[in-house]
Amino acid sequence: MNTIRLDKARDPAFKRQVEKESGQNLSLCYQCGNCTAGCPGAQVYDRQVSQIMRAVQLGLKEEALKNRSLWLCLSCSTCSARCPNDIDVAAVMETLRMMARREGWVQDRPIESFWKAFLDTVKYTGRSYELGVMADYMARTLRGWGNLEIAPMALRKNKMPFVPSVIHGREEVARIFKRYAEKRS
Amino acid sequence: MKYAYYPGCSGHGTSVEYEASTRAVCNALNMDLVEIEDWNCCGSTPAHSVSHELSAALSARNLLQAAKTGADCVISPCPSCSSNLKMARWRMQNAEFKAKTDELLDAPTPANADGGADLMETYSVLQAIVENVGVDAIARRVTYPLEGLKVVTYYGCLLSRPAKVAQFDDPENPVSLDNVMKALGAEVLPFALKTECCGAAMGIPDVNIPGSLSGRILDTARAVGAEAVITACPLCHMNLDLRQRQAARISGKAFFGLPVFYYTQMIAYAFGLSREAMRLDKLAVNPYPLLDKIAARREARMAEALKTAGAAS
Repeated sequence: MNTIRLDKARDPAFKRQVEKESGQNLSLCYQCGNCTAGCPGAQVYDRQVSQIMRAVQLGLKEEALKNRSLWLCLSCSTCSARCPNDIDVAAVMETLRMMARREGWVQDRPIESFWKAFLDTVKYTGRSYELGVMADYMARTLRGWGNLEIAPMALRKNKMPFVPSVIHGREEVARIFKRYAEKRS
Repeated sequence: MKYAYYPGCSGHGTSVEYEASTRAVCNALNMDLVEIEDWNCCGSTPAHSVSHELSAALSARNLLQAAKTGADCVISPCPSCSSNLKMARWRMQNAEFKAKTDELLDAPTPANADGGADLMETYSVLQAIVENVGVDAIARRVTYPLEGLKVVTYYGCLLSRPAKVAQFDDPENPVSLDNVMKALGAEVLPFALKTECCGAAMGIPDVNIPGSLSGRILDTARAVGAEAVITACPLCHMNLDLRQRQAARISGKAFFGLPVFYYTQMIAYAFGLSREAMRLDKLAVNPYPLLDKIAARREARMAEALKTAGAAS
């Protein structure tokens, strides 16, 4: 069990920052646990959604940001649909994910790499390209072998074209990514 | 009605059968589809997980291209694409967010009277069919009813969520697909996991997540007596169909052998459209024995009807 010194660890500005970026009033959360009860990712989370919500309320920045759950979140919005106080919990999770990335606290590199691989194919071709994403992801992480199990069927059914679809406006799309990267740095 | 059509990337790969059947069904229902010229990927979950502005900018380019078609709205068969396009427009109603997103684009998006972006609204093809064409029109067009085929409808997460943006059906217990399937002559069974997540794209980093979640969905479908699962999402379909053996293994069950159809394939079947309109050959779990069963039930029903007619005369 972790012991947390609330008098030392609290950062009240953190809660305000999360509220501002997510547009949600976190004081409304009364810890009913409905978000956790309906969360399809709960089985693999290292910290449950309701615990993360509580950590944000208390201003416990590290508790809220340093966990794998933010990356394992499936963005299904079930938590938001079931919150009795109408908090968009999924939006809070997404905000925290972005904040954790800014802090350099990414707790699940493979999932982060998958997103990168996906966005790279969009950046270079204008569209996502399944086989390219898979190859890029596996090269980056040396993981993802479990997917080879479905490869024979996908190839037999010709569901994964070898040639990517490249759009005329791919440079226009690449410029979106370039400006985004410049703004971030 | 004229629609700007956004196929989405998976229509060229893992969901070619959805793409083919969607186009054929829309055509049969007199929906005028104009494909958005040179559309780009909406960025899907990776984009909105990284940055809302990046996600909105990718979608905004599509919506600006869509405006050139002169259509009334955008439709997409993929719930993830339509959700992203919708969300971009919704977020860009906020002038501050619009300004930040415009910085990523070659040219700023046009503004409306309130200072938000003046962009076209997006709907899922399902919503356009149900709300603009109507279930009755579908029922009238049915030539080969499904003969009481027992199905569960699986909507996934994004067709009706988040509710404030989706503005379609019920976020917990949607019924639009049920109504379509009933109009085709199927029996829709009560199903508690209609909107439970299948594991989405998490299969790439970790096959166990969709394996266990989809395994539970398929196991429950079988337990309630379903002969098939009906979906409206390429990613859900991939997890339930292409990964069905994997899902069975990971969740410790015997292979389900449950055919998983896109609802558009079922409409095409009931309308008596061509083989190319269904592309059943693309399904991983063999659907043909089940279709033979439907045909056998039809023959039995016809024979019964003839017998009754004969007895009456």
